[in-house]
Amino acid sequence: MTPLGSSVSSNAADGSLSIPHLDIDPFAIEFFADPFPTHEVLREAGPVVYLDKWGVYGVARYAEVHAVLNDPATFCSSRGVGLSDFKKEKPWRPPSLILEADPPAHTRTRAVLSRVLSPTVMKQVRDRFVAAAEAQVDLLLEKRRFDAIADLAEAYPLSIFPDALGLKPEGREHLLPYASLVFNAFGPPNELRREAIERSAPHQAYVAEQCRRNNLAPGGFGACIHAQADQGEITENEAELLVRSLLSAGLDTTVNGIGAALYCLARFPDQWQLLRRDPSLARNAFEEAVRFESPVQTFFRTTTRDVEIGETHIGEGEKVLMFLGAANRDPRRWNKPDSYDITRRTSGHVGFGSGIHMCVGQLVARLEGEVILSALARRVAEIEIVGDTKRRFNNTLRGLDSLPVAISPA
Amino acid sequence: MPTIIFIRPSGERSPVEAGEGESAMQAATRTGIDGILAECGGNAMCATCHVYVEGDWLDRLPAIGDDEDALLDGTADERRSNSRLACQIKVTETLDGLVLRLPERQI
Repeated sequence: MTPLGSSVSSNAADGSLSIPHLDIDPFAIEFFADPFPTHEVLREAGPVVYLDKWGVYGVARYAEVHAVLNDPATFCSSRGVGLSDFKKEKPWRPPSLILEADPPAHTRTRAVLSRVLSPTVMKQVRDRFVAAAEAQVDLLLEKRRFDAIADLAEAYPLSIFPDALGLKPEGREHLLPYASLVFNAFGPPNELRREAIERSAPHQAYVAEQCRRNNLAPGGFGACIHAQADQGEITENEAELLVRSLLSAGLDTTVNGIGAALYCLARFPDQWQLLRRDPSLARNAFEEAVRFESPVQTFFRTTTRDVEIGETHIGEGEKVLMFLGAANRDPRRWNKPDSYDITRRTSGHVGFGSGIHMCVGQLVARLEGEVILSALARRVAEIEIVGDTKRRFNNTLRGLDSLPVAISPA
Repeated sequence: MPTIIFIRPSGERSPVEAGEGESAMQAATRTGIDGILAECGGNAMCATCHVYVEGDWLDRLPAIGDDEDALLDGTADERRSNSRLACQIKVTETLDGLVLRLPERQI
């Protein structure tokens, strides 16, 4: 499929070494439907490319994506990690104190969330996450036929994460639409973004309300964030915005991560059988799915100064789009990048980012992914796709809308 | 090139040559030492490159940072006085011969 007319042209008018100009819209529905051929075009065109459609630079090779992620002083986040430049345009919501912040401000807020979602905390919640996974698989074994997205990839995180956060039972139907909105809003002013923002008011109102201390159950992640305000680490208002970060990025991401793993295991039965024979591979099977599908496909940075990437000069104040999904399949870095291999050494993939902004909830994601895949591997013999899969389109997130499957008990 | 020796729980010793500027974690993952997971890729966020530093090597390592200290409280195997995260040990010539013992588990 080559719907994108990926013509390569060069322009050395500014005197610097010529940079490939690509006529690609990485936020078009046709691109989302099958991004992989275009990812290859982007990678092979050069270490850095220019995307005329949106007037941004792009990096799609592993080395350059990793380098940009790990140089936050040059490639900053405080001007927004979407296309919109907060220096020129009013953000659609008050900026995130962690995602859309740079050191030193970022360092303090990041430390708060790191503490709240630390390995020590994961040990404490693990048994609860395992029990919920077992209960979910019980339910599915009774059904036998179900939608692996709605009934599993969404249902499992929804059964555990909002409670872990300490949210009230009422209004949780806003959570997935809010997250979808946040990730659409990183994109350009296309229909996906416009529609999401037009419909955002009720979801934003719900989220703002839930971030308040009195709406968060004691002992949950949300209350733990507010407790840091009591210790003087952050202000009350900052605590609310940090809870908002968990509401924005803590659910839809794991839904798409688990959805990716299920889609992989259903499509590649040899890997499923491998997992069944050794359920201790569950955690890596999830991790490899995050590499293979890259549920978070892209993020932007903005240059704080003139900089060279390779031999290409980029001026100050330019947006640079990082193709995480393309980096995760760069043959320069990965052996057989297009194979889903649950025994692969996955360390170093950029599906969770890298550097100071690397996903602060990665331990929660891995825990959820591990325990649900482990429960399935021990109790389910086969997963078969029994209907048409449907893709869900979002400016940042990659995942399915529907994955009809049938399972048989082990 | 400095050499690091990893000792697996079975007692097996695996010498590994560390490259220029590498951390002990990077040297281990590059050479297939499977007792080091390094899920976060070296960003000091996951505590799955836990090692026990042998003998008097501990005193010769750079001091433990606050992040590392907090993460070590969450390691899968028990934290001991000689626990470190391999991603935070940058290998230099002065660490040639460093001996790191691997824990039973990282998750």
